[in-house]
Amino acid sequence: MATPGAATNGKPTTTRTSELVRFATAGSVDDGKSTLIGRLLYDTKSIFEDQLEHVEETSKRRGDGYVNLALLTDGLRAEREQGITIDVAYRYFHTPRRKFIIADTPGHEQYTRNMVTGASTADLALVLVDARKGVLEQSHRHAFIASLLRIPHLVVCVNKMDLVDWDQEVFDRITADFTGWAAKLDIQDVTFIPVSALHGDNVVDRSENMPWYQGPSLLYHLEHVHVASDRNLQDARFPVQWVTRPMSDELHDYRGYAGEVASGVFRTGDEVVVLPSGRTSRIAGIDTFDGEIDEAYPPLSVTLRLEDEIDVSRGDMICRPANRPKEARDIDAMVCWMSERPLSPSGRYRIKHTSRTALARVEQLTYRIDVNSLHRDEDAEGLELNEIGKLRLRLSAPLLVDEYRRNRATGSFVLIDESTNDTVGAGMVL
Amino acid sequence: MTYEISHLRALESEAIHVIREVAAELERAVLLFSGGKDSAVLLHLARKAFHPGGLPFPVMHVDTGHNFPEVIEYRDRLVDEMGARLIVASVQDSIDNGRVTEESGPRASRNRLQSVTLLDAIEEHGFRAAFGGARRDEERARAKERILSFRDDFGQWDPKGQRPELWNIYNGFVKPGEHVRVFPLSNWTELDVWQYIAEEKLELPNIYFAHEREVFERDGMLYAVSDFVELLPGEEPFKKWVRFRTVGDMSCTGAVASEAKTLPDVVAEIAATRVTERGETRADDRISEAAMEDRKKEGYF
Repeated sequence: MATPGAATNGKPTTTRTSELVRFATAGSVDDGKSTLIGRLLYDTKSIFEDQLEHVEETSKRRGDGYVNLALLTDGLRAEREQGITIDVAYRYFHTPRRKFIIADTPGHEQYTRNMVTGASTADLALVLVDARKGVLEQSHRHAFIASLLRIPHLVVCVNKMDLVDWDQEVFDRITADFTGWAAKLDIQDVTFIPVSALHGDNVVDRSENMPWYQGPSLLYHLEHVHVASDRNLQDARFPVQWVTRPMSDELHDYRGYAGEVASGVFRTGDEVVVLPSGRTSRIAGIDTFDGEIDEAYPPLSVTLRLEDEIDVSRGDMICRPANRPKEARDIDAMVCWMSERPLSPSGRYRIKHTSRTALARVEQLTYRIDVNSLHRDEDAEGLELNEIGKLRLRLSAPLLVDEYRRNRATGSFVLIDESTNDTVGAGMVL
Repeated sequence: MTYEISHLRALESEAIHVIREVAAELERAVLLFSGGKDSAVLLHLARKAFHPGGLPFPVMHVDTGHNFPEVIEYRDRLVDEMGARLIVASVQDSIDNGRVTEESGPRASRNRLQSVTLLDAIEEHGFRAAFGGARRDEERARAKERILSFRDDFGQWDPKGQRPELWNIYNGFVKPGEHVRVFPLSNWTELDVWQYIAEEKLELPNIYFAHEREVFERDGMLYAVSDFVELLPGEEPFKKWVRFRTVGDMSCTGAVASEAKTLPDVVAEIAATRVTERGETRADDRISEAAMEDRKKEGYF
């Protein structure tokens, strides 16, 4: 099937279409996450011979006693030396239907910021539960982060089923436990799959050891879960990144507004409003390098032309007059703290949101949330690295925001330390 | 209407977003262009990002002097066609003015010297951002690198102190002397690059396609015979049909035996290959387990 795309100007392409799906995995050393990813890569023929040879050699030298597939994902010297994953690693594999990007993140509490990072772009989260141990505190934390970051789909792999004699009762109990916890969270879609990553049961092919399980294998689920409809196609939002003014002889009067469609659909002829100025116009054309297109939708990068000459610059947002984001000087947000230097209760930071940067002052830390128990501590006086809390921020200039739960693109922001330039906080507008 | 988008369009759109964001926020940017397939895709994406305007930044080639002549010819033609401004930073100049010392012997390579030439050029021109065509699937250290990768005032990469990168929000704030490397192709695989080249009908240097060439074998890899490499005793040149999977310095880039003469042939060959491109063709990564991580810390691409 061919899809009309910007670069083909609506003409069918010769290359087969496959969809891009991003998923995040969280897990600790012992729950078999690396083995599961290794298994997915291995069984989809995504591991190359030289990579495998390298892992075999290294495993032997380290005396692991088995081919340690975790070595595939541990990219930094310090990680290999310490045998731990300390950062987000990105892995890629494809099947005829889809191309997958895995954000592989460590599962320990001291790496919550890495999990949040991996989760921020994910369509799906994969959480592992050890069948022998059941739902632990860390499973609670992973599910909470998935729900906080609004990952639309959650897959719980109950792993090591081989070590509990492929027992359906174990699986059912874990499913019930997890569902009970998930009810406290805002999770739309949860799928449970009993697997043995070590032996490959239900990873790529359906297991013969668990005839009682009627659902899909993990790979089948990853290939078929419907992600296209997760995009927000209702609220037209176009943050302007760049004003294109060629000033050449033949294009002397050309003025285009380049950006990536954050949400919604833009069509030629649509009436639009430019914020924050509030000036209205109509879309005269939607340009790409490969020619004009009739409509633009997320996540296409395009250039919009307007019928009227109005003042538009980087940081402005083009939307529809009857459906606008909130123009906010004060925002409430959930913030995950990502820096060794704690959040100071009256601190001042740069805030970057879409293509706009302003200053933000912390007015109030409303509460800090315990990521394991969901307990809210209203007496908290700061946020340390990896802690998550609700903040009220006062902004130096209005930002054009939507609630994160409705719009991940226009509801997210980062906080940047003015003196070190480090990214210190990840925020979601409430 | 479902508004579907193919994975190549999604990757293209992400890359264009990154390029525009950096061009808008960092006052002096440069695009590093080697003439290889990844930089050809990168340059094409940059052109798309600012169309119908021209590139708002120059293109820079770090020239080891050990180039495939076909690649230099291709570089000059492409840059000329686009009306882009080309800066050539020469490793030979760095050697001549004593900034680096040339390695000697049959295994000598200028690969590592490039880092010094690159950092000197970045400093000389005051660049705050340098776009590169590196991909995360190439190598394990790269799998951990950010799309906007911060470099301190010594040009160093600190893998453990990287800025978190969330959603599609990029932090490009730097102080004088510091810069960011920008990798818009981070999420592309080798196969994505080839499929995209085929779909967009991009021109590449002809050494990417099968041709008959005089080569010799060393450490299980095939190298082109050239003035830049001394043969070791027992190494005999012979003719063979080969193509190059990566394009770098002639002294450290190996060829692969291949009959793939056209783009569809190459795409089919890559889709079926069982060895990574760097494992098959790059001597520079065979030095140690952390060869790339070490070179990157020094300021390498």
